[in-house]
Amino acid sequence: MRLELRRVLQGCRRGVLTGVGRSGDHSLELPGCLLYTRCGTVPHLTHQTLHTLQHLPAVTLIPMDSLAEHQEVLEEFGGGMGKFAGLQNSVIFCSLHDSVAPHPTGYNTNKTVSVWGSGGRIELSVAQYMALQRAIRPDWYQSLADGDTQQLSTHKRVRKSVDRTLSNLDQCLNLHISTEGLRGSEVFGVVEGGVMLEERVRSAQETAKRPVGGFVLDGLHSRTVSQELRSQLIAAVTKELPEDKPRVLLGVGRPDEVLECVEAGVDLFETVFPFQVTERGCALCFSYDLDPDPESSVLESREKETKIQQKSGDDTLENQEEITQFEMNLKDKRYRDDFRPLVKGCQCYCCKNHQRAYLHHLLVTNELLAGVLLMLHNLEQYCSFFQSLREALEGDKLNALKKRILQRRE
Amino acid sequence: MAASMESKAEMGAVRAVSAAAPLALRILAECPVSKARACDLILPHGTVNTPVFMPVGTQGTMKGITADQLQDLGCKICLGNTYHLGMRPGPELIEKANGLHKFMNWKRNLLTDSGGFQMVSLVQLSEVTEEGVQFQSPYDGKEILLSPEKSIAIQNSLGSDIMMQLDDVVSSTITGPRVEEAMKRSIRWLDRCIAANKNPDRQNLFAIIQGGLNAKLRKACLDEMTKRDVPGFAIGGLSGGEEKDDFWKMVTLSTDNLPRNKPRYLMGVGYAVELVVCSALGCDMFDCVFPTRTARFGSALVPWGSLQLKKKQFAKDFQPIDPDCQCPTCKRHSRAYLHALFKTDTAAMHHVTVHNISYQLTLMRSVRESIIEGRFPEFVRTFMKRMFPVEGTYPSWAVDALASVNITLDGACSGQGCDSALC
Repeated sequence: MRLELRRVLQGCRRGVLTGVGRSGDHSLELPGCLLYTRCGTVPHLTHQTLHTLQHLPAVTLIPMDSLAEHQEVLEEFGGGMGKFAGLQNSVIFCSLHDSVAPHPTGYNTNKTVSVWGSGGRIELSVAQYMALQRAIRPDWYQSLADGDTQQLSTHKRVRKSVDRTLSNLDQCLNLHISTEGLRGSEVFGVVEGGVMLEERVRSAQETAKRPVGGFVLDGLHSRTVSQELRSQLIAAVTKELPEDKPRVLLGVGRPDEVLECVEAGVDLFETVFPFQVTERGCALCFSYDLDPDPESSVLESREKETKIQQKSGDDTLENQEEITQFEMNLKDKRYRDDFRPLVKGCQCYCCKNHQRAYLHHLLVTNELLAGVLLMLHNLEQYCSFFQSLREALEGDKLNALKKRILQRRE
Repeated sequence: MAASMESKAEMGAVRAVSAAAPLALRILAECPVSKARACDLILPHGTVNTPVFMPVGTQGTMKGITADQLQDLGCKICLGNTYHLGMRPGPELIEKANGLHKFMNWKRNLLTDSGGFQMVSLVQLSEVTEEGVQFQSPYDGKEILLSPEKSIAIQNSLGSDIMMQLDDVVSSTITGPRVEEAMKRSIRWLDRCIAANKNPDRQNLFAIIQGGLNAKLRKACLDEMTKRDVPGFAIGGLSGGEEKDDFWKMVTLSTDNLPRNKPRYLMGVGYAVELVVCSALGCDMFDCVFPTRTARFGSALVPWGSLQLKKKQFAKDFQPIDPDCQCPTCKRHSRAYLHALFKTDTAAMHHVTVHNISYQLTLMRSVRESIIEGRFPEFVRTFMKRMFPVEGTYPSWAVDALASVNITLDGACSGQGCDSALC
């Protein structure tokens, strides 16, 4: 695997990863995103519906949380998770934790890390974790890590998390070399350190000394970490990392946060955000168009005004505060008779075939198709946003894009 | 658009069953042994090959699978429920969307029920009078009257290719004067529905034969309703928990008395054995929520019964649901993967829904081909043997029903003097 940096603009790395995957014949444009799945399936979607989308990420992410309980099955199957899930031609990255699922705190020890599957908690030692990876046979996987730190964790706890994670990494790398089934896979080292700058730097420096294929920046997704602090920590970390290896940030996905993290030196994200938007019955509708049609942008800002007015009104949704300015809440009554596509010009199956009123109906009646159509739309929009970001970096239009994304902040 | 133009042109060539109805039935083959037949049913949104199973998309969607997926499976007609759609989003909105086809973006045919069946399922909430069915909206508690005129008005707004008359539905297990009252009222309501149809040139209205399990009442209903110039007939009031021996006798009585040149729709039937047997009895169309509902519980239909994919026995079973099945699910996924996915994501349900719809449609295509090729009785024997491989386990009602149309099953006992516990 080779990382070729084409240019660095305001800290943003525009590049391409080539020779990706065991076969070495995939490539991945940076900055980019990994396709979030659980158990190898993008939530709500079958192979048939997923592949109505044109520009899917080349790497599929599968969290260990959704796999650990299937160890016996995967071992007996013997062909690896990709083949098991019907993902024959995909590059698979096995991460540790599902960014969406809750992870109770206090279960990691010096010897083990816990993951949570459908049947509850599963405690994994390094040896067990590596046996699982051997059965999964990913193209990339992250080392076992203790990311169980909070904003209020003591220095001692944070230091322990860094030490444990480094020790786990060394053990993983040892076992990796001796495991026949993992030949050709890349191990990604995990940078921990909570919100403590010196621990973050130490974790980065030490991890960078090891023979890893890339880096996962863990423990920065907490809602309690402000973007300002997150950016500072990430910038300090990426300064310590070699330029020629990819940096993955999991659990962060809002478009404005993505932009700032890219400026701090992150290369790869996951498509968790579009899934979260789908789960609350919303559709991404933010503008990332670099050359917007002036007429439609006037309309857009007008629409935004009414949206804000409406918000102060009688919206009784419990998760209202979670709804970001990048999305529209299709459960809202005013979409009842709105016969426009979700987003004009969007190339997804949903926008080419359906109207807002239909989506509103599906959501109100709790129909399963709502999740399918919204997931398709939100993935399309999100992947296009990354495409636009890469184009902005190539065409010196980053500031214009930032302005476009941030203008909708309230 | 093209499809509807084409079918209109086709309709010109075949004599339409009634002067104005937008429907034509072309009988391609009739089984020389049984009453089975294979037809082309030409409707405003394309031709439907019968016998046909129609999947049910209650609220304007096929349970998590897209219109394109449904079309790719070869589905030419599916159902929408008037009761549900009339409540949400309501006929005014669907009219504003230019009909249910446009609203859900389904380019092929739609059949809507009358909303009457929900009278049985929501009986606590409803009261039936000559005027119609009075019930309380479960959404806002408002009193609503569903009259024959109202049902047709809603179905006119939905724009379905086939509408069903409002009938007075009573449980198939009820006996006594209420059954006769319901049958007679259904005839009066049929006349009101015919008069209320604003779009007889675009929307077909089917009558529904009632009469419970009473042969005399059924026959009376058949005699009366077949005098009306409707484009098709449904056999109603069955498949509600009655004895199978009563069920098939009512079906065969109905097909014996329905006109040959009009489609016959057996409502609420969808188990594979029932589909095959009732095709032999001369039914053309079927619908049931069973295949899609059971899919969501992890039950996959196969020629030898069903697989409960959530059961532990499938955790390490790396074969597809049915190795002979050509559906997208079977071509890509194993039972073991689906078993694992059922613990994680709703997509597991979609995979099995796709498979089960494919199973039903493929089964009906096989029935049709065998009728056209003149080997239907042989097909039935092979089908039954695969479904009930253990000797003496054929359900007796199916044996009797098939025998009544001259199809005898290999190794099936007549029921008399047999000491099998299953007889």
